[in-house]
Amino acid sequence: MPHSHALGPTRAAPHRPAPTAGPLARVVTLTGRCVRLSARNLDALLMSLALPVLLMLVFVYLFGGAITTGDPATSYVTYVVPGVLVLCSGYGAALTASTLNGDLRSGVVDRFRSMDVGGTALVGGHVLASLARNAAATAAVLLVALLLGFRPRASLGAALAAAVVLLCYVLALSWLAAVVGALVSTPEAAGAFGFVALFLPYPSSAFVPVETMPGWLHGFAGHQPVTSVIESLRALLLGAPAGASPWIALAWCAVLLALSVPLASLALARRHR
Amino acid sequence: MSEEAAIEVAGLLKSYGDTEVLRGIDLRVPAGGVHALLGPNGAGKTTTVRVLSTLSGPDGGVVRVAGHDVRRERAAVRRRISVTGQYAALDEQQTGRENLWTFGRLRGLGRRAARERAAELLGSFDLREAADRAVATYSGGMRRRLDIAAALTGGRPRVLFLDEPTTGLDPRSRRTTWGTVSELARQGVTVFLTTQYLEEADHLAGRVTLLDRGRIVAEGTPAELKRRVAARRLELTAVSPTAHQELRRRLDVAPLHDDPHGLRLSVATDGTAAAVRGLLDRLDPTADLLARFDVLDASLDDVFLALTGRATRPAGTRPKETGHAA
Repeated sequence: MPHSHALGPTRAAPHRPAPTAGPLARVVTLTGRCVRLSARNLDALLMSLALPVLLMLVFVYLFGGAITTGDPATSYVTYVVPGVLVLCSGYGAALTASTLNGDLRSGVVDRFRSMDVGGTALVGGHVLASLARNAAATAAVLLVALLLGFRPRASLGAALAAAVVLLCYVLALSWLAAVVGALVSTPEAAGAFGFVALFLPYPSSAFVPVETMPGWLHGFAGHQPVTSVIESLRALLLGAPAGASPWIALAWCAVLLALSVPLASLALARRHR
Repeated sequence: MSEEAAIEVAGLLKSYGDTEVLRGIDLRVPAGGVHALLGPNGAGKTTTVRVLSTLSGPDGGVVRVAGHDVRRERAAVRRRISVTGQYAALDEQQTGRENLWTFGRLRGLGRRAARERAAELLGSFDLREAADRAVATYSGGMRRRLDIAAALTGGRPRVLFLDEPTTGLDPRSRRTTWGTVSELARQGVTVFLTTQYLEEADHLAGRVTLLDRGRIVAEGTPAELKRRVAARRLELTAVSPTAHQELRRRLDVAPLHDDPHGLRLSVATDGTAAAVRGLLDRLDPTADLLARFDVLDASLDDVFLALTGRATRPAGTRPKETGHAA
């Protein structure tokens, strides 16, 4: 027989039920898997790294000359960096819809389930991998921004606070993307969530001050979740008083997460009836 | 319920939307050995495996696997079974080693143990050289081997479910898979596999369940099932299409198979010389219609046809059987 030692060491203990992995080990394993898969998805990887660079160039060189920020002390590149950071993070987080959806359409998830790995651990792995992807993309944005003349004036504490806000934003948006990825049945539909994430920052203070927009848009643009995230990042990175913005941003993220976490698990359970 | 049974199913119902897929399945699979669930496409084989392996919930009935209820004690069942589905459940962009490592870790092995287990399985399944290549580069047979290996990362399961393990494989890979399945059964794993290949069920399984349109139509050892139709089958080959038509006309019983293109007709018989000679004399008294005849053992296909009135596969696609020319 070609495979006579296929079962190797378990032969000594016949039919011992398989051990079960702890929740942490599961999430860590699944995160590692998603990170490896992301790193090998060359198209998506290039897109997530090229997008920030191109956007920065577009805003600073093409639009930047025509835009005034209302504050002569702040160059447009400095004004726009938080917006580009948020835009790219949103796009990166939205990819979670596609990665999770791809898994669900393959047979791998069935194998995970037969090993009693639950949907929350699976989503957790995808979301944590999204955080890792976005950390890399954020580093790319900052690097390009510094080359283009971005000069942050943040203290270490403020920089850390900015990182926390951005992290929470990516976390919440990734989990929301996971809900979409679990609900839809085609990769195209999952990808469409990326457009939402890409366009949401435009009607906000990301690229131009809200006051320059038509009056009827002020209500939305001034108060949507992306605005609070951008205002926090901008204030924290430029060393300006941030006021309540970071708390509002964190509250938005908490609300989004409180909705997305159970919704994602419900959507997965429904899918696997 | 008895302790030896690996699988006990009573009154299993499962629908998807308005489609009734399983319409009351009763099944008992004793521990040990290979059990085949045989049926044509759409019979409900995959759904049965999905319910038995906890991947889909039953709509009605009781299902116990490895001594535990799939609904109320799902986690306990999952620790005692492994499933390899019809389509490879592997990450194409991970290497074979990484796939096995991932599954081992999720099965609760420590990092070192998962690494050792992966290496061991890669060796056993003849994948050592491909271990560090992405699965995307694997052939169908290699994928299948890795897929079955992945079902063993947590050690030897009590019950192993294999959904159409050899569909789409070349003959050599199929034989390798058969060897693996037999070996696992020899080591005490209860293997429950589905197949649409009669010779596969015949070759591998100690017991066979025939499934048709969500119902079980027969169950037993391959030999028992074959006895239900006829011990032997007389296969006649005509000299020409006209001769085939004439033979068909003279036949006073319904043939088991009628294959006008192959000029063949099969008739149930007990295989005795008297019966065969009598039949030949009656059909072809002038000895100019028949090119040859063979007396063959009844196949599971005959059983299926006799019980459901339909072949498991379209006529003409049956694999060649080994018979003895008389």
